[in-house]
Amino acid sequence: MQTIWDGIVQAIQLLLQGNPEMLQITLLSLGVSGLATAVSLLFGLPLGTWLALGRFPGRQFVLSLVNTGMALPPVVVGLWVSIFLWRSGPLGDLRLIYTPTAIVIAQVVIAAPVVTGLTVSALQQLDPRLRLQLLGLGASRWQMTAALWREARLPLLAALMAGFGSVISEVGASMMVGGNIRHHTRVLTTAIVLETNKGNFGLAIALGLLLLLIAYLVNMFLTWVQQKNRPQRGQ
Amino acid sequence: MFGNKNLFKIFALVALLAVLLAGCKPAPKNPNIILATTTSTQDSGLLDVLIPIFEEDTGYVVQTVAVGTGEALKMGEQGNADVLLVHAPASEVTFMDNGFGSERYLVMHNDFIIVGPPADPAGIRGAATAAEALGKIATAGAIFISRGDDSGTHKAELKLWKTAGVAHEGEWYQESGQGMGATLTIASEKGAYTLTDRATYLANKANYALEILVEGDTVLLNVYHVIVVNPEKWPEINLAGAQAFAQFMIDADTQAKIGEFGVDKYGQPLFYPDADKTDADLGLP
Repeated sequence: MQTIWDGIVQAIQLLLQGNPEMLQITLLSLGVSGLATAVSLLFGLPLGTWLALGRFPGRQFVLSLVNTGMALPPVVVGLWVSIFLWRSGPLGDLRLIYTPTAIVIAQVVIAAPVVTGLTVSALQQLDPRLRLQLLGLGASRWQMTAALWREARLPLLAALMAGFGSVISEVGASMMVGGNIRHHTRVLTTAIVLETNKGNFGLAIALGLLLLLIAYLVNMFLTWVQQKNRPQRGQ
Repeated sequence: MFGNKNLFKIFALVALLAVLLAGCKPAPKNPNIILATTTSTQDSGLLDVLIPIFEEDTGYVVQTVAVGTGEALKMGEQGNADVLLVHAPASEVTFMDNGFGSERYLVMHNDFIIVGPPADPAGIRGAATAAEALGKIATAGAIFISRGDDSGTHKAELKLWKTAGVAHEGEWYQESGQGMGATLTIASEKGAYTLTDRATYLANKANYALEILVEGDTVLLNVYHVIVVNPEKWPEINLAGAQAFAQFMIDADTQAKIGEFGVDKYGQPLFYPDADKTDADLGLP
């Protein structure tokens, strides 16, 4: 009990003092996971839309792959991204292993299926007659898609939050492909593992609180965007 | 579902198993021991050889937690482990002085080596002392990967920089914050230098593009002690189990096995048994 209490007290002291290294780790986490989420959106939104609206052979199969991908274990992603990026691997010449870019790549692999899968379900929840109506009104394919995205913006933002949540909190892949190198690839989750291993529970708890705080702030912002122009009933 | 005959067979089997199990050594009252040790002993595979023998002989079940020496000692301080097998003599002495351990025995040593890429950009190959090698690495600004995890190896490394009187700061000095195996992989991938225990390096040598560049300096010795956590501080620890494990580690048969470990595979032992020596023999205070 004493350890827990000491840890929390020390954590709060550390957070109040602030220190450049904690700040740098936090910014790196935010940057890497933010970029990974953005890239996932770039892949996931079109792919999810195509899967939700398209009719083509093998669609169900691809959909089942995406849904499986939503539960992809980060360590497995870490393993495969490492195998590809190691100097002996097929992409070894890019010299990306143990760089922040490597973490972004791994996190995109983790977040993209989440964004894709949730985009599919967001768009499929819309009334199918809406599509027909839009097309009937003479909308082009692109205009229709844009209108559907607009209509489904609340669940689409939820997809984005879920994607961000899955990567900001993952540790396995970041540790394996990033290497947890101080000042280079150390992010909040890997720093927490390290400080716990060193027995610095106070610092570990402080970093954990920071992680929660970031997750909260980012989601609060997205929720604000989401709820700001919520479609009004009866409009 | 089962005929009478089958039922009888099952009973017979169960009875036989019961007799067999009961025929073994009487199981200790509290059979679970938590051993906090360093990643180096775990990664080398030595514990995978020794612990099954100990469990077979005594009926104890050892739960091995492989962490840095820093956390292993912390686990001992907080009563989260029963027995420690660690290699940071200076910290261990403080640990004993503060009354966290009740018994401490010299078990074995291996040694640290400085490994690096075969091309050896800093030209440290064959340097007479570790200090000289580290000086060259710093001057050349060649990448050096430090464990940076407060482990025994990390502490030893920091001490070496200090003894060498070389500042270890700059873009070339990087901390992995991970275990020895992961750190060697990173050094190998980055074409960097690192300090490692010989055992971990030899055990996975084929996986690394790294060569032994500096070895043999007396400051590179890596000494392991086994420590029984003090039951006066933490009455709930498994004292009998911890003592049994400590005695097992310094037992003549075990010591012989430690000396043989790895010889068949690497042509040289990974650890040198020391139970019959004193700290002073190994140049420790």
